[in-house]
Amino acid sequence: MDKKIRVLIAKPGLDGHDRGAKVVARALRDAGMEVIYTGLRQTPEMVAEAALQEDVAVVGLSILSGAHMALVPRVMEALEERGIGALPLFVGGIVPPDDVALLKDLGVRGVFGPGTNTQVLVDFIREVAEA
Amino acid sequence: MDWVAAALDGDRRALARLLSFVENGTPEGQAALAALFPKAGHAHIVGITGSPGAGKSTLVGKLVKVFRERGAPLAIVAVDPSSPYSGGALLGDRLRMQQVTPDSGVFIRSMASRGHPGGIAHATRDVLAVLDAVGFPLILVETVGAGQAQVEVASVAHTVVLVEAPGMGDDVQALKAGLMEIADIIVVNKADRPEARQTVRALKSVRQGVQQKGHHGLSPEAVSDAVEAWPFPILETIAIENEGIAGLADTICDHRAYLRASGQWNLLLRRHARAEIEAWLQRHLLTLLEERASTADLEASVRLVLQREKDPASVARALLRSLMGADTCD
Repeated sequence: MDKKIRVLIAKPGLDGHDRGAKVVARALRDAGMEVIYTGLRQTPEMVAEAALQEDVAVVGLSILSGAHMALVPRVMEALEERGIGALPLFVGGIVPPDDVALLKDLGVRGVFGPGTNTQVLVDFIREVAEA
Repeated sequence: MDWVAAALDGDRRALARLLSFVENGTPEGQAALAALFPKAGHAHIVGITGSPGAGKSTLVGKLVKVFRERGAPLAIVAVDPSSPYSGGALLGDRLRMQQVTPDSGVFIRSMASRGHPGGIAHATRDVLAVLDAVGFPLILVETVGAGQAQVEVASVAHTVVLVEAPGMGDDVQALKAGLMEIADIIVVNKADRPEARQTVRALKSVRQGVQQKGHHGLSPEAVSDAVEAWPFPILETIAIENEGIAGLADTICDHRAYLRASGQWNLLLRRHARAEIEAWLQRHLLTLLEERASTADLEASVRLVLQREKDPASVARALLRSLMGADTCD
């Protein structure tokens, strides 16, 4: 039997900076996970549909545009509509401390800023994927 | 939850879950395969293969659009390689198909090859069987960026499209055994590149030989006289500009019609069934070995080989014999 943690790394919204998302995708790959990378400029519906079709255990959103408070709830709604609202979600990018608290109140499981050690992320994903 | 019933009912989440079970070889997956098997066998399975960077994913993305405009729902299985070291994978084919995703008539599933060497994954066959059983009439399978010998897609697909990019080698490359032989349709993508004309010419020069010998392993003698031989088309596309895509879609449909009319469809099914049984035999055998082989025996064998007392083939044979012996004494 061959079970792998499948993770979706998605970039919703309009910012075109995907270096962070790629660094994360690669770190997770090197930790033995199967990472589905969607690429840039995804709508919340596209992200949710990809999460559904790929049957991932965890969804990571990379947002550098500052639009996290607008995008994250919409992604959550789209996941909910598809019956997968319980999927653990994390956000990477530039998020002011006040918003981190707000996102966590919404149900985001983790928020990771620039410079996060990728091992921290790997451990986090293993933990939430197991649950 | 009855995932099989839900998936047959059109529940995409249930389908996605089933595909994971099947991919992971879980007992639920095995049961689902057995339950769904009688319902499969209707889909036209099209393999898209070719070297990394030839433009397979982009081409598939555009093809999906064309086929969707013509109405039928379709599924895509995109295989990317797993890391030989970490076992992880970066599955990036969706990236180039993204314009088609928010459409409930299109189901895209990424798969990691998980160490399987043939250009598809071990479980790709099973994933295809599930998608077929739940009613997708057309399924595109994109292989990993394939080299010369990654030809396994021929044993799961009815139609194989080989995507070539210009400037990848001369006609001797095209003469080599392997990918060329399994193709039914050749696409020279990026046809606006200056070397494209040469590539097309080189491919055309070797096409005739392939045509006479038959391709996709089907001999021309097997074709009924009532049907004209498959012309083994070489098409030019510029996927990124959407050029030549509709023509490719037509050719894929033509090939299906040809297979049906010529009687080759049934030959292929026969060959696929056999390949599938053989693949399962190998898997069962490997599982058996993993379950029964003791680490101590294996280590002892490694020592024998390192000391050059016995060669690896003899050692493996002895190991196998002891395992099989265990079976009869159980």
